[in-house]
Amino acid sequence: MKMHRFEEIWLVIGVGVLILSMVVTGYQTFAMEMGPPSNMETIDPQKVDETAPFDEPGVYKTGENEYEVVMTLQIFSFTPNNIEVPVGSKVTFTMTSKDVIHGFQIAGTNANAMVVPGHIQKITETFNEPGEYLVLCNEYCGAGHQAMATTITVK
Amino acid sequence: MEALKNTILEKTNKSLGVNAEDARLTLTYLSLAFIVLFIGGALGLLQGLNRAGLLELPVWLNYYQILTAHGVLLVLVFTTLFMIGYFYASLSHTLGGLLPKVRKMGWVAFGLLVTGVVFVVTTIIMGEASVMYTFYPPMQASPWFYIGLVFLVAGLWVSGIGVFINAASWKKRNRGKHLPLLSYFAVGAFVLTLLGSLGVTAEVLMLIPWAFGWTETINVMLSRTLFWSFGHTIVNVWYLVAVSAWYVTVPKIIGGRLFSDTLARLVVILSVVLNVPGGFHHQIIDPGFTQGLKFMHVFMSLSIALPSLMTAFFMFAVFERAGRKKGAKGLLGWFKKLPWNDVRFLAPMIAMIAFIPAGAGGIAQTNNQLNQVVHNSLWVVGHFHLTLGTTVVLTFFGVMYWLIPYLTKREMTTKINRLGIIQTIVWAVGMLFMSGAMHWVGVLGSPRRTSYTTYGDNATALGWDPYLFFLAIGGSLLFLGVILMVYIVFNLMFFAPKGNTAFPIAEPEDNASVTPRWTERWGLWVIVAIAVISMGYVIPLVDLILNAPPGSPPFKTW
Repeated sequence: MKMHRFEEIWLVIGVGVLILSMVVTGYQTFAMEMGPPSNMETIDPQKVDETAPFDEPGVYKTGENEYEVVMTLQIFSFTPNNIEVPVGSKVTFTMTSKDVIHGFQIAGTNANAMVVPGHIQKITETFNEPGEYLVLCNEYCGAGHQAMATTITVK
Repeated sequence: MEALKNTILEKTNKSLGVNAEDARLTLTYLSLAFIVLFIGGALGLLQGLNRAGLLELPVWLNYYQILTAHGVLLVLVFTTLFMIGYFYASLSHTLGGLLPKVRKMGWVAFGLLVTGVVFVVTTIIMGEASVMYTFYPPMQASPWFYIGLVFLVAGLWVSGIGVFINAASWKKRNRGKHLPLLSYFAVGAFVLTLLGSLGVTAEVLMLIPWAFGWTETINVMLSRTLFWSFGHTIVNVWYLVAVSAWYVTVPKIIGGRLFSDTLARLVVILSVVLNVPGGFHHQIIDPGFTQGLKFMHVFMSLSIALPSLMTAFFMFAVFERAGRKKGAKGLLGWFKKLPWNDVRFLAPMIAMIAFIPAGAGGIAQTNNQLNQVVHNSLWVVGHFHLTLGTTVVLTFFGVMYWLIPYLTKREMTTKINRLGIIQTIVWAVGMLFMSGAMHWVGVLGSPRRTSYTTYGDNATALGWDPYLFFLAIGGSLLFLGVILMVYIVFNLMFFAPKGNTAFPIAEPEDNASVTPRWTERWGLWVIVAIAVISMGYVIPLVDLILNAPPGSPPFKTW
């Protein structure tokens, strides 16, 4: 099959852009640790309340300016809710669902993760700006989905 | 002797126009398709108004119920009906009539689809299936909802097998010849449909015993992954249907020629071979998959862009050549020579233009980190209202202006042409508002699939309201577009003046090179497709089965 000369140029440029975007994505994922939340641990979705660490959800200090939030998601709430952390905190959210699939999104940041029953999901976000952040469920989870939200106050 | 008889048959078919029985089949499909479009569009309007806080729904009508119906009716039912109706007419025209057996299969498929729609819609209306087009477990709908889905898939399969039988029979009668391009597209689109529906069929067959209570738990991530091997593939099938009209009919409408038969067929093959693993990019921020696997899938998703890049070149080459033949001068003079006041060109042209930002947005959001920014936000809804709601749907609309008069032996009047141009502009402006607002507010964080909410007057959420207002304006314009289109379709079907309308099929260029034989080797391409699907899915599926957590019991949370 003979291709038109301009078509070859067009495809080389097009494919070049695709490859470049892959290189950037790969570099960010593997060299800068910016990859998407991909935790591999599992849990019995019917025994979340009895399984550590979710038997005691809450905010735990794990280092200087570092926190872990152990969180369960259930229709239609986050536990714990209305969290407060100091400015500059690096917060790791360790989450699972007690019922259906939920989403965890902090509006105005890139923190965005699916929380699936049977799986433990982790995502880390550093809060450098003070203020009140809106946390919402972005996966349809039922009749009260539009009410499933909480806040993180950074001060 | 046999060959001679067939040639005569084909010649008569071409001069006398469409076989009446074949026309009836396609017209039945298209009539139902546009009734479904009307209902789905009306539900969309309600959603748009509610989402912007302008309309409070009555208590007996739940936002998520109508959202589920809107999604299923428009993403699955309207498109399926259109595809089968359009491709059966294409086979009838390009292969010298449908085989009686195949026509019967077309009716059987119609019966299966209608049965499926009745099950699905009834369970949604009864409030037993507010589970969205994606029906992720452990949310559990009525078992009859899933059984309805089985009927829908069965309808797709029966119609697909009909296409294969008719194509194979033509090949046998026309040894050494290439299947006409439009029928070739039909074969490719149905091969892709079948490959894409394997995963969801397996999923639904696990969901049915669970929904009846015969099994206690379900593997949530496995179901979700199997769904997406279908959920994204099927919208790419609709895209391929639209693309077939661009390649084969648009050049003829603008007085041009087919740029390259081989390139068109290569695009079909690539679309079939590369497509299915693309669905994985819906799971980029899911747990249970490693970052390495997700990165490999960036490659698999992006590879789907390759045939689209070829299409872009092909179409603009057609436009330029057609324009120059009409005496266009200079670098861009051909642009003005295009028949902008012919709706049969304008509608698919705007559809193609919409695919430039739509495709670019798709490429952006399949890269892992960018996906994390917009996943499950209204951005995604804006994206597929550009790809599916504009690129695919406007092309479908554009096809109606000649396909229906061709089938009913009527002619489009200048009045309908003018109304069609208004319809196209209303649609384009409506989408600009709605999809534009969705993209923008999605980047700010507003979630999809959520009824009107301010999250307790949260300041961030209140800041989204102005964008949602534009969303509602766009949605209202789009419903006006739906009304116009439904009027146009039924006007063309029953009231347009009698006359002759041709089925536009572009001729190859005079100096066209011979299409190579490898384009006909479907056995090989299916094997390659299965190899690519295995590359994408064997590792995650085996992992999800072997390392599965205990399953989930059912929940009805609405």
